[in-house]
Amino acid sequence: MTEPVLRTEALSKRFGGLSAVSDVAIDLRHGEVHALIGPNGAGKSTLINLLSGAATPTSGSVRFEGREIAGLAFDRVARLGIARSYQRTTVFRDFTAFENCRLAAQARLPSSMRFIRPALSYRALVEAAQRALALVGLQGSADRAASSLSHGEQRQLEIAMTLATEPKVLLLDEPLAGMGAEESRRMVTLIATLAERHAILLVEHDMDAVFSIARRLTVMVNGRVLESGAPEAIRESPAVQEAYLGGAEAAP
Amino acid sequence: MRVAIFIFGALGLALFPLVGGAFYLQLFAKIMVMAVFAMSLDLLAGYTGLVSLGHAAFFGIGAYALYLLTPEYAAANFWLSSLVAMGAAALASLVIGLLVLRASGVYFIMATLAFAQMFFYFATGSKLLGGSDGVSIDLRPDPAILGWTPFDLGNRVQFYYVALAAMLTTYALLRVVLRSLFGHTIQGIRASEQRMRALGYPVFRYRLAAFVLAGALAGLAGYLAAAQFGTVNPEFFGWQMSGTVLMMVILGGIGTLHGPILGAFALTLLQELMSELTKHWLLPMGIFIVLAVLLLPQGIGGLALARRKLQPEPADD
Repeated sequence: MTEPVLRTEALSKRFGGLSAVSDVAIDLRHGEVHALIGPNGAGKSTLINLLSGAATPTSGSVRFEGREIAGLAFDRVARLGIARSYQRTTVFRDFTAFENCRLAAQARLPSSMRFIRPALSYRALVEAAQRALALVGLQGSADRAASSLSHGEQRQLEIAMTLATEPKVLLLDEPLAGMGAEESRRMVTLIATLAERHAILLVEHDMDAVFSIARRLTVMVNGRVLESGAPEAIRESPAVQEAYLGGAEAAP
Repeated sequence: MRVAIFIFGALGLALFPLVGGAFYLQLFAKIMVMAVFAMSLDLLAGYTGLVSLGHAAFFGIGAYALYLLTPEYAAANFWLSSLVAMGAAALASLVIGLLVLRASGVYFIMATLAFAQMFFYFATGSKLLGGSDGVSIDLRPDPAILGWTPFDLGNRVQFYYVALAAMLTTYALLRVVLRSLFGHTIQGIRASEQRMRALGYPVFRYRLAAFVLAGALAGLAGYLAAAQFGTVNPEFFGWQMSGTVLMMVILGGIGTLHGPILGAFALTLLQELMSELTKHWLLPMGIFIVLAVLLLPQGIGGLALARRKLQPEPADD
């Protein structure tokens, strides 16, 4: 088994008296999708914020390739190779799909303090943007403003942007939210393909999708890890069935 | 089309001294210096998303720098003193930027305003800077290179061309910068700071660089304003000055480079016209600006765009 790329130990985040994430140990490995499920308010998005550096943990550690990254600035963590997508689409609405991806690719440069040479003359960035668009199937919409894309296309664009930064770890926060069946299927196939070359954490409510692509699953309830393991084990866990799958949502 | 309009405009301004009287030459030169100032503010407000209400701080620093750099009975060297004036403004904007850029939104506006007011009161109370009366610079800076004098700033026509050159150079410089990696970065920051950070951009650094570049150009404008009339007073730092230049940017079209130039001409000429017509010119002036902002949300520069908008747009989604 490969070494984990990203691993947390005893990770906790408190907001005043509220424990959003308590004592969470989770690890992501290269080449697999690790799905994170749980009811709303379980702390999934907070965990993504902690892993991506958008929030600082109250205690515990986050190790990326063996190096402690808890407390590093958000943009610093991103430059190390941990990219995230958001639950609510956050693309640059006024920019073209191409420029969204080109700007993402540009983020990989050590510095953008370059004042003279035209941005569009950096061929490597242009090609990286085109590659990322092609990967998600948006190559035909490169010159359209992001705001004119459909909801599903905007979500695809957001994934393309994270890919253009050439990350090692992808943290995807509900990438299927609000997507039609066809777009959903397409995205699931894409995530499965991406898993071959990345470590992926997938937060998702669509259980069919989760069980079809995740190699491992972690179930969170009230900020804690309830159960973690292979999909079959999770499906059969009595604790999970009682706390989550057996509740309002139908078991798969 | 845009290139044609631009060349036409530049050519018109270049030929203007052949027909324009002394009064208008001086007025236009003053406007073109203000256009440099307005473009520098637009780099912040329109392209980086940093609306500063204290941009006059750097305008004033450039102006007082010329005074301080001019020896008592001699002229300052134009090239050296203008560079030092820009450097002083850049240094001040670096220090101030390090502090105010930690705030955002309305707090940023207030912080920039507060700093400019600090300079205003300092200049008002400072003996060295002539107090509230200000100072006068008797000898215009001398642009001699090895004994050869390319132009004379004391000459109205020649100063006009120096101002025109400064405006066109600033325009060209910013055009290049906005197309560069840095230019795309700051425009991304204006669109979404959060997204840029998520992509890995250290946002603060790029904002600071934009703040310093804008400060240096504002310093150049202040320097030229001081060189034109030979007087500098605390009003150079005043919030009215910051407000006027922001109005020029908004009136002409924020987030475009030609907008601040159009705005500088429109606002100043309008001021002249209305103060000619009536003693109570501030009232019609205010009404005009309110109407302009309401009817032309993209400024005067957006007029051509608005006409194009009348044609049916391709449907969204």
